[in-house]
Amino acid sequence: MKPPPPRRRRRAFDWSTATIAALAIAAAVTVYVRDGRNHFLEILGGDLSLFAAMLPKVLAGCLIGAFVTLLLPRELVARWVGHESGFAGLLIAAFFGFLLPGGPITIYPVAGAFLIMGADAGAVVAFIVSWTLIGYTRALVWELPFFGADFVIWRIAAAVPLPIIAGLLARIAVRAGFEYRSDEK
Amino acid sequence: MTLAINILLWLVVGVLAFIAAMRGRVLLDDGVRAGVMEFVLLLPRIGIGVIGSGFVAEALPNEWIAPWLGPESGFFGVVLATLGGALTPGGPVVGFSIGAAALKSGAGAPQVIAYSTAWALYAIHRLVIWEVPMMPARVVWLRAMVSLPLPFMAAALAMLLGRP
Repeated sequence: MKPPPPRRRRRAFDWSTATIAALAIAAAVTVYVRDGRNHFLEILGGDLSLFAAMLPKVLAGCLIGAFVTLLLPRELVARWVGHESGFAGLLIAAFFGFLLPGGPITIYPVAGAFLIMGADAGAVVAFIVSWTLIGYTRALVWELPFFGADFVIWRIAAAVPLPIIAGLLARIAVRAGFEYRSDEK
Repeated sequence: MTLAINILLWLVVGVLAFIAAMRGRVLLDDGVRAGVMEFVLLLPRIGIGVIGSGFVAEALPNEWIAPWLGPESGFFGVVLATLGGALTPGGPVVGFSIGAAALKSGAGAPQVIAYSTAWALYAIHRLVIWEVPMMPARVVWLRAMVSLPLPFMAAALAMLLGRP
């Protein structure tokens, strides 16, 4: 058994947020001075109501992520993906990319474990691209409050084939001579 | 639409919580605690980003964004957005705030999709900080290499599907 993945750094504030906060304040002051108080309040109200409307979905996303983390052992996932090959292997890897919650610190060790369990580079690539582009936690927790449901559903619908395409491209590159097992750590 | 999504999501939460409860009270409590904790810690960042992107979009004159990234900017706009995404540093709050601000101030949706796809897949610092230490380096480069065409494909597929 592997040790459990290290805990993600949990902080409510960081430099990225500080930069955006500074930009936000500068922009808010600009709008207030240039367009007046009423327009300022109108925009603030519009954004706050969008944000508030998304909160139940964000909370649901956090809870689903927490339960899936507890209920689905990562070793089991690594074994499933490692034992599959061919096109089914890509599909299964992409499906788990969609399903597994968590940030980069929990995802990349799982991807590394896939290789050790026997998955090929195509499956690993499909998994990472799937987690990046169609993973539900990022979509629910981050994208929805910013873009609203219609936009996010549309973007994800357009992204569904991409993990498979990336996995196939990786297999073509490997078949064409790209060596990836030479310097495994 | 948004009500249906809420019902579906909370059904999933209910089923997962039920499965956890079947396996023991401790598991249920752990799940609820971890999920709520994550939510509380994320709230300020998401709030600042969402409200900030609204004001940034409003402060930017529309004629700055539309010619470069607007719906009429076509393939050139997609290329520009992809480059912008690749060069955007920082965590999700930065990438999503910039994308949302651009969309609100007149960028085309396929261009914004190219931006956020490139930002999510390419960001060099994330490759170096997260991927390389945890996976064989050559797999990371292979992953980055085959990701190069994906923002263009995402934008093209989004245009094909058409906005709902």
